[in-house]
Amino acid sequence: MTGSLTGLGTLLRTYARRDRWLVLWFTLGVTVLYWSQAVSVDGLYTTQAEFDRAAASMEGNAAFIAMTGPARALNTTGGQVAWQSAAFGAILIGLMAMFIVGRHTRAEEESGRDELLRSGVVGRQAPMTAALLMTAAASALVGACVTASLVGYGLATAGAVALGLGLWLCGLTFGAIALLAAQLTSSTRTMYGMTGAAIGVAYGLRAIGDVGNGVLSWLSPIGWYQAMHAYSGERWWPALLLLAAAAVTAGAAYAVFARRDVGSGIWPARRGPARAPVGLRSSLGLAWRLQRGALVAWAVGLFVGGIAYGSIGDDVTSLLGDSDFAQDVFGANGPDLVDSFYATSALMLALIGAGFAISSALRPRGEENDGQVESLLATALPRWRWLAGHLVITLVGTVAVVVLSGLGLGLGFALVTGDGSKIGPFTWATTSLLPAVLLLAGLALLLYGVLPRAASLAWLALLLCVVVMMFGEALQLPDWLRNLSPFEHLALVPAVPVDWPAALAVLGIAAVLAAAGQVGFLRRDVR
Amino acid sequence: MAKVIDIKGLHKSFGATHALDGLDLEVATGEVHGFLGPNGAGKSTTIRVLLGLLRADSGTVRLFDADPWRDAAELHRRLAYVPGDVNLWPNLSGGEVIDLLGRLRGGLDEKRRAGLIERFELDPTKKGRSYSKGNRQKVALVAALASEVDLLVLDEPTSGLDPLMEAVFTECVDEFKNAGGTVLLSSHILAEVERLCDRVSIIRNGRNVESGTLADLRHLTRTSVRAELARPAGELAALHGVHDLVAEDHRVSFEVDTDRLGEALQALGDLGIRTLTSQPPTLEELFLRHYGDEVTAQ
Repeated sequence: MTGSLTGLGTLLRTYARRDRWLVLWFTLGVTVLYWSQAVSVDGLYTTQAEFDRAAASMEGNAAFIAMTGPARALNTTGGQVAWQSAAFGAILIGLMAMFIVGRHTRAEEESGRDELLRSGVVGRQAPMTAALLMTAAASALVGACVTASLVGYGLATAGAVALGLGLWLCGLTFGAIALLAAQLTSSTRTMYGMTGAAIGVAYGLRAIGDVGNGVLSWLSPIGWYQAMHAYSGERWWPALLLLAAAAVTAGAAYAVFARRDVGSGIWPARRGPARAPVGLRSSLGLAWRLQRGALVAWAVGLFVGGIAYGSIGDDVTSLLGDSDFAQDVFGANGPDLVDSFYATSALMLALIGAGFAISSALRPRGEENDGQVESLLATALPRWRWLAGHLVITLVGTVAVVVLSGLGLGLGFALVTGDGSKIGPFTWATTSLLPAVLLLAGLALLLYGVLPRAASLAWLALLLCVVVMMFGEALQLPDWLRNLSPFEHLALVPAVPVDWPAALAVLGIAAVLAAAGQVGFLRRDVR
Repeated sequence: MAKVIDIKGLHKSFGATHALDGLDLEVATGEVHGFLGPNGAGKSTTIRVLLGLLRADSGTVRLFDADPWRDAAELHRRLAYVPGDVNLWPNLSGGEVIDLLGRLRGGLDEKRRAGLIERFELDPTKKGRSYSKGNRQKVALVAALASEVDLLVLDEPTSGLDPLMEAVFTECVDEFKNAGGTVLLSSHILAEVERLCDRVSIIRNGRNVESGTLADLRHLTRTSVRAELARPAGELAALHGVHDLVAEDHRVSFEVDTDRLGEALQALGDLGIRTLTSQPPTLEELFLRHYGDEVTAQ
């Protein structure tokens, strides 16, 4: 008995307790991702002929294949579910595994809590083993729920098992990669960056491989998952590739761990400048420094997302079919189906952009919770100016992110169709939704200023907007509920022209909310 | 002498918790004022009210004869603050934090900045996340001491510093004081308080229990006396202010209220002193007495 795993059971119970909400939300989100594909595909196409036509059009679209995966059995519901969900499901479960591993290993070491734990009766390898087991258990739960939901929906069991099993192994593989990253660097942020990059590379390799000759897809865990051919003649041996990759990577993590000191990484910590650059002299400079990484990531992500949507091109008619569902979601916007489709795409991009707006508006809360704001406000920096620094970044950043997503939409469209005339209208489409996005940011700021503990409720407002957009028509939600979403009051450009009075009214409310948040913050205690 | 800090009857509650319950605090210009009390007594809350981070529920709080809540930013040009628990931005280097805080305060003395970094042996190129607690503390100390201010507000500034660095800190505070500066020093390190402070205030459960010079405070407490006498010492017990008397034949030990020490020594003299040791109360005893439960009984 080496005792290197002493305390494993206790740790595992503690982790399960700390992670229960994270795991619950990811399980729910990923399960809905798979299940809702089945529902929407069955709703979209009423006849098999229509389905076949759409499938043929999808199979011929390289951009679609790059986004989702190799086109197999696209004229079946199961094939569609596997094609549309697997890559994104793998990314999501990879992120979950990364967060679970990160919060229990590197983050604990960086905060010093790990030291406290290790001074107790805890084996040397117990914390990392418990983190890995926790990841395995959480991923297994997600995989099982996906399988159960698809079988419950009525799809064939073999395919559902392939999707669930592969998903579980993807979680395990990315968890092992996160564990290895946690041994290499001493910074949690860098560790998340490395793991995120690994997930991104896995997605990118399979995108290039799937469009080309397929070789690069065999270098990607996501590629292996899709190589299991769920709902198109399942094969099981690629699962062994995932399992082997997870085992080898985890083994490497343990080997590195054995060679390093607790608290440090294998790589030395990076250094910074001894003097502050000229830009770091005001609250605005500091806010920019603290937010620029996230802002650039969101801007690039949404720009690329816009290109991806845009590259669907003018094929939308055959893609959508002429079912009631398609008419509900897209047709209500205006006479031109292409413009209607892109108006809805712009809305989706704007809703994702609102994610940046809210997280940016809540950034001051992080600085207050971590205690740095105390030192700042003990200088001659007035409170309002500290908050205004972040507000400026939120405002400018949100405009940049949303405008860029529309520009990407137009560019993607131009790339596929060779028609550059839509770049202007599509950019204007997302831009015209800015008032509603800024209103959500204003709400977040108001909550932070007045009820900092409840500030996360701003995310609930975004969720409401998403639900109203996606299911408002289908679920026949009552008008008062739908009217709560600021997006409902704006015109869907380019299908219809901008409704200026409505846009200005929403913008005005956004300004009032933000101002009220400022005033609230000036009057309350700083923790 | 003008007062830099003048707090009267300060109340502050957080929900059902009364953190401050009628606190008074006066700090005169040019003095180093020790601010003492057990954990949770309300020291940090008081400091955060002084900095305008928290709003007082009631009572008057004057800082440089102005309202620290309303005029916070203006007043902060004249003071520098070192929190007890220094939190740095994980991705900013120590040097960047020093410059940022200095610039936001309205500029810092370049020569002093360089000198302090050298004296505290601080590596300014490390990122906030990789500093140890002591080094984070040094970053905050350099940022505060390198600025040109009239008042230093220090909340347990040496927690995490090694003894050598503590000595550097003591020197720096001395220099600051000799240049006419005022210091409010909250600390648990009694040797530091004894060495640096002109006056101290002791608080407990959000209110003052004592304030004055250390000599004043000593006067209020007991001195322990041991003596060997020529005659048995039965009648000493009758004396006012004598406690815990232990008499064994000719040997005697007791504690006496310091302001009654003269009478006790006279009585001992009458009994014929052979040997005598008398010990003034240590600061520790002073504190244990004030922190301990007997205070509430008074």
